[in-house]
Amino acid sequence: MATETTGAENAAHAVGSCVDAGGSAIGMPQLCFDWWGNQIFWLIVTLVAIYFVLARIALPRIASILAERQGTITNDIAAAEELKRKAEEAEDAYQKALADARAEAQAIAQKTRDEIKADLNAAIARADDQIAAKAAESEKAISEIRASAMENVEVVAKDAAEAIVAALGGKTDEAAIAAAVANRMKG
Amino acid sequence: MATETTGAEAAAHSEGGSLVFHPMDQFIVKPLFGHGDVGLFTITNVTLWLFLAVASVIALMVLGTSKRAIVPGRGQSIAELAYGFVYKMVEDVTGKEGLKYFPYIMTLFMFIVFANFLGLLPKSFTTTSHFAVTVVLALAVFLTVTILGFVKNGTAFLGLFWVSSAPLALRPILAIIELISYFVRPVSHSIRLAGNVMAGHAVIKVFAGFAAVAAISPLSVLAITAIYGLEVLVAFIQAYVFTILTCVYLKDALHPHH
Repeated sequence: MATETTGAENAAHAVGSCVDAGGSAIGMPQLCFDWWGNQIFWLIVTLVAIYFVLARIALPRIASILAERQGTITNDIAAAEELKRKAEEAEDAYQKALADARAEAQAIAQKTRDEIKADLNAAIARADDQIAAKAAESEKAISEIRASAMENVEVVAKDAAEAIVAALGGKTDEAAIAAAVANRMKG
Repeated sequence: MATETTGAEAAAHSEGGSLVFHPMDQFIVKPLFGHGDVGLFTITNVTLWLFLAVASVIALMVLGTSKRAIVPGRGQSIAELAYGFVYKMVEDVTGKEGLKYFPYIMTLFMFIVFANFLGLLPKSFTTTSHFAVTVVLALAVFLTVTILGFVKNGTAFLGLFWVSSAPLALRPILAIIELISYFVRPVSHSIRLAGNVMAGHAVIKVFAGFAAVAAISPLSVLAITAIYGLEVLVAFIQAYVFTILTCVYLKDALHPHH
């Protein structure tokens, strides 16, 4: 019964069509139209507040963050592609330089080899000439020496023949001796 | 009489035992300060929990994104996730021209999702369990969409009820069905949300009442845990359902042809 309400808390509630004397709900509180005005008023205040916070501050901010991120990602990808392209260019240039250097080195080596060969050929030719000259000279000297030696042999032979003839008590006949020596020399 | 409407609750109460059920008491609106009547501008528990919803929205969407980081932190990630979730929903359902109304739909979604989750805190008051709240939300959507439909399409908006792909004889009957279903929209739209939230909270309260009996209290606590898990799911899903239905209604207003 209503007279049994003794709890201090229970007495505090306004007894109406929605709350019984015990402070409990009668039926569904959702259908207590005494409270609708209050709820609707505060709901509208809430919705307007949320709408302005979102529409004026939060949503434009998040949209700009997302756009900025998209931009950053796009830029980074473009920059990465640019860097990759540059790296490829650099590699191409490096390869080209390497090939050029190799070709140049080969050319230089070839040229040097040719020069050395030419120098060598020239030196060999000169040496051959010198050798030929020296050989001719030597041959001449040898034939001179040989000729003089023959002469000397002839003179010595004449002298010896004269001395032998004289020692044997003959008369020296120079012409005969010379003829005999010459005859002997012919051998 | 009014006392008879309490039914089973009153019966349980009068037994005088420890088994006392007041599953609907959590939905009572009362003044936050003092003990007066609830007037239009009275600061009530409704005011407090609506204010907390606004504060939570500001905390997540404004304070959470204040760094404007390119690589987002935790708060900013969630804010961006919520933004992307609703933005994509609006774009997918209504098309590009619906994006103009994205801030309104975002407002609805953020309010409902935060009100639902705040209502899951122990001792809290669940604002979205009240028809007063959901009816206003649903009626706002219904009126906006209907007015928008006529402003954008003129009388062509009535083509929504005239199913041109059906045989001519069937069209008047279909038109009546379409008309009824159109006007039932705000009813189902509002009762779905409040009903789901209220039912879950009431069930938890009933199990909590059983927890006072030692023999079944372990089972009861287990049941509360399970239902609570379900309610976490429901809190999000109902917010999602309310929002996507709003998008669907908006699509009808923008493109009234089937």
